[in-house]
Amino acid sequence: MLSGWFVVLLSVAYGGLLFAVARFGDARADAGRSIIGANVYALSLAVYCTSWTFFGSVGRATSGGLSFLTIYLGPTLMLLCVGVIVKMIRIAKAQRITSIADFIAARYGKSQLLAGLVTVIAVVGIVPYIALQLKAVAASLDVLFDRSGHAIQLWGVDSTLLVAAVLALFTILFGTRHLDATERHEGMVAAVAFESVVKLLAFVAVGVFVTWGIYDGFADLFRRAAAQPELLRLMQPDPSRAGAWAAMILLSALAIVFLPRQFQVMVVENVDESHLKRAVWLFPLYLLLINIFVLPVALGGLMHFAGQGANPDTFVLTLPLSQGAQALALLVFIGGLSAATGMVIVETIALSTMVCNDLAMPALLRSTWLQRQKRGDLSRLLIGIRRLAIVFILLLGYAYFKAAGEAYALVGIGLISFAAVAQFAPALFGGMYWKQGTRAGALAGLLAGFAVWLYTLLLPSFAKSGWIDSGFVEVGPFAIDWLRAQALFGLDGLDEISHCLWWSLLANLGAYLAVSLATVPDALEASQAERFVDVFRHAQRAPDVRLWRGNASLQELVELLERFLGPARTRQQLAAHARSRGRSDWRELAPDAEFVHFAEAELAAAIGSASARAMVSSVTREEDLGLEEVLDILDEASQVRAYSRELEAKQRALEAATGELRAANAQLRELDRMKDDFISTVTHELRTPLTSIRALSEMLHDDPRLELGERRRFLGIIVGEAERLTRLINQILDLARLESGRAEWTAVAVDVGAVVREAMAALEPLFREKGVRLSGEIAAGLPSVLADRDRLTQVVVNLLSNAVKFVPGGSGEVRVGVACSDGAVRVSVADNGPGLTADECVSVFEKFRQGGNTLTDKPQGTGLGLPISRQIVDYFGGKLWVESAPGAGATFIFTVPLREPDA
Amino acid sequence: MSKKILIVDDEPNIVISLEFLMKKEGFEVVVACDGEEALAKVAEFAPDLVLLDVMMPKKSGYEVCEALRADPAQAALKIVMLTAKGRDTEVAKGLAIGADVYMTKPFSTKELMLRVRETLGQA
Amino acid sequence: MKRGSPTRQRLTALGLLGIPLLSYPLVGLPGGTLADLPAIFLYLFGVWGGLIALAALVAERRGK
Repeated sequence: MLSGWFVVLLSVAYGGLLFAVARFGDARADAGRSIIGANVYALSLAVYCTSWTFFGSVGRATSGGLSFLTIYLGPTLMLLCVGVIVKMIRIAKAQRITSIADFIAARYGKSQLLAGLVTVIAVVGIVPYIALQLKAVAASLDVLFDRSGHAIQLWGVDSTLLVAAVLALFTILFGTRHLDATERHEGMVAAVAFESVVKLLAFVAVGVFVTWGIYDGFADLFRRAAAQPELLRLMQPDPSRAGAWAAMILLSALAIVFLPRQFQVMVVENVDESHLKRAVWLFPLYLLLINIFVLPVALGGLMHFAGQGANPDTFVLTLPLSQGAQALALLVFIGGLSAATGMVIVETIALSTMVCNDLAMPALLRSTWLQRQKRGDLSRLLIGIRRLAIVFILLLGYAYFKAAGEAYALVGIGLISFAAVAQFAPALFGGMYWKQGTRAGALAGLLAGFAVWLYTLLLPSFAKSGWIDSGFVEVGPFAIDWLRAQALFGLDGLDEISHCLWWSLLANLGAYLAVSLATVPDALEASQAERFVDVFRHAQRAPDVRLWRGNASLQELVELLERFLGPARTRQQLAAHARSRGRSDWRELAPDAEFVHFAEAELAAAIGSASARAMVSSVTREEDLGLEEVLDILDEASQVRAYSRELEAKQRALEAATGELRAANAQLRELDRMKDDFISTVTHELRTPLTSIRALSEMLHDDPRLELGERRRFLGIIVGEAERLTRLINQILDLARLESGRAEWTAVAVDVGAVVREAMAALEPLFREKGVRLSGEIAAGLPSVLADRDRLTQVVVNLLSNAVKFVPGGSGEVRVGVACSDGAVRVSVADNGPGLTADECVSVFEKFRQGGNTLTDKPQGTGLGLPISRQIVDYFGGKLWVESAPGAGATFIFTVPLREPDA
Repeated sequence: MSKKILIVDDEPNIVISLEFLMKKEGFEVVVACDGEEALAKVAEFAPDLVLLDVMMPKKSGYEVCEALRADPAQAALKIVMLTAKGRDTEVAKGLAIGADVYMTKPFSTKELMLRVRETLGQA
Repeated sequence: MKRGSPTRQRLTALGLLGIPLLSYPLVGLPGGTLADLPAIFLYLFGVWGGLIALAALVAERRGK
């Protein structure tokens, strides 16, 4: 057997370690270097795994097979709904929420009544759960010392009481450092995270020991178990428990949020929203790891202790001990101690905050004694109350443990507690997402759910313990059969937890919805509903100060703060608030709505929103805004927001439309002007040859005596001008067709080199006539392009005739080049003419803009050749441009891409 | 003494026809093919009348007309604007800056002669 | 409103997917054993581990 002193020493050493970790965490927090990172946050959530998990899972597995897993699958699924949790954290931070009771109360108009009710439910539901942890510690001590009856004494004092006392001390030291309950308890969180690691290591160690130490691995263990029919049953799915399976997943999914300790670590202690990103997978991974060996240990224990009637809840201890592995047994004991103490510490902090703020404070504030102490500093008193509440809760837990002992009321309490806190779901989720939920609805729902829970779950557990008569369970009260506590309305065949869950949630949700719809919220409820449901929108702006109107005195408000926060903390917060409003001294602040809001928020952090509300109202003279007005303001605010957003969008759209319209208009006007100009220009161009034709024709007609030479000369001019006119008309029509897209095109493989050669050959006489040298450099083996051959020819002819027009006769020279580059065939026509200025390089492609002084050759040009050529080249997907400088000749270049353009 | 007429146009064929027409009527004819040359020829030959095209390189007919009307030495000079630009605004502009006659191309030779003689006070 | 966060939506989708996968009747399917291990044991821990792995992938992929 283990030496008692050694166990005591080990426990004390472990406790000392915990204190050190917590001290370190607080020291770091005070130094501004928080050790609460994403991993610590995720591990602190594992406070979910209590001794009920550490010892009890194996017990549950020996009767229900893998169904114990549902308790861990639910939280896994719930955590994946990060949006819900983020919203909860946001609301809690915005409202300075201190506990789950405060959360629900704040939502429904900062109702003291509601806060009190939630606190009562939590205390009634959770204190037995705390007792269970103490019992687990006692039971593990029993096993270690091979005793029974939970009566290991130390210095004549019950060891469990000692454990409770040490826990109370720890919780007081690390849980009530600040009065401000929204201030984080980083030391405590660090200690809890540390404990999570210890209990996981311990459990995995015993799992490995059983699986590979006692047996020969998973396969061996399961194979042997499968040989026994009653064990084989535990390794098979059991569809008859499908309902209970789903109910447990739902229940545990709710518990991971609503258990006061979970709300504490997940929401109140959250340092940074982004830590959730880690927790969302690391915490479920933790749950998976701590559960992987549960079934093997259960099966191993059942086989190992077959027929000895050993308690499956202590298999994790008895298995190592039976093999003489005392060190491992001690590790497991420490692991179990970790699981129990972690839960007790956090749960006690959470509950004590609730008891202090939501039960004790309202009572105190009403008492005449406090009225007389109006000027005194209450902050010490407040801390004192919270410490008292811690001791009180732990004592309550210890008392319950002593009274219940092995009774059913304690053993089954884990899920009973879960079912109690599940009652918060409708009011809390409804409050987060449904603005119509009212205080009356929440009260009705909670009361109905709590009543059903009491009647169908807690009282029957008392009956089973033999504390009260079990008649109402077996035959119904007054022998009314359909009121049997665990078969309401004849609904039997369900396990008691599922039975309670469905009926209580039905009653709860039904009452919440029905009463909410039947009642009208008051002004404060309506504005809080808005702030909760739309927290993501409200968080970005200052609190809606229009929702408070009245008279307040700075002096009175500051005195109020000093009474509850203490002078030092009050000055500190006042200074911070003044800074945030751009003032150096808080005395310059006006006691306006924003200041009242600040004061109330600071108070809420210390004494809960409901009490804070009551205190602030007591020193200010508020105008009652009335529901209508508040709704108007809220409505207006949200409408104005929506409307201004809409307006903004409309205005932008309108501006865009106006801009477009203006552009379109300008374009139209430009087009109109261009059309006008074009027509004017066309007219001019048509009239010019007509002028010569008409004048000369009239002269020929009027003067029959003209000499032959003159006649011939005039007729020659007339023919030339008529041709010019024809050409002009053809080109204008051609350009119109090209521009309107009505031109007909063929697309065939064209050898550009051949086209250029043909065009050169055709114009060769023109060049020879003017004495201009024409040379070509056409690359061999050019790939063909997909184009309209006639149109391509037209472009080349245009460029060549243009060139010959501008080069000087005799010394003129035109060089044509065809090459392939950058996926296109490139044709260049270079001349040694007068060249073009930069402006002209652009304008030559405009219609009727002829370059240079072409007096001598004017009848040759129409001013449309280049615009037409450009249209054609554009159509082929290529480019036509000119490179030139005055005096340096001009080179017209066009490209035709090798592939058909992806038009 | 025959009257002197300056023909200003950048279209060679129109110059040919106008020159022939005027010479046949007995006028002394000088030719210029752009605005600057026109001003030079006016100073050089002191014509009695200018047949002035509007759309020309270097200086447009309007500019030439304005320059001539700004010169007191040329107060007696008659200006007949001959242009293919026939919009009302263009006619109005031509008359406003001091042209005596504004005719659109293509013109009737008979009418042109009539207006020229009229303008020179020979009708 | 920040509800549009794709990470949150993906995680929620995973959670929704997990509900049918981890409930009856699907949980009732894997009977018997696989290499001496109970099929239901492998199934539950497999699906659970898979969800955790996917959640880790989604949650840690960005913003770190």
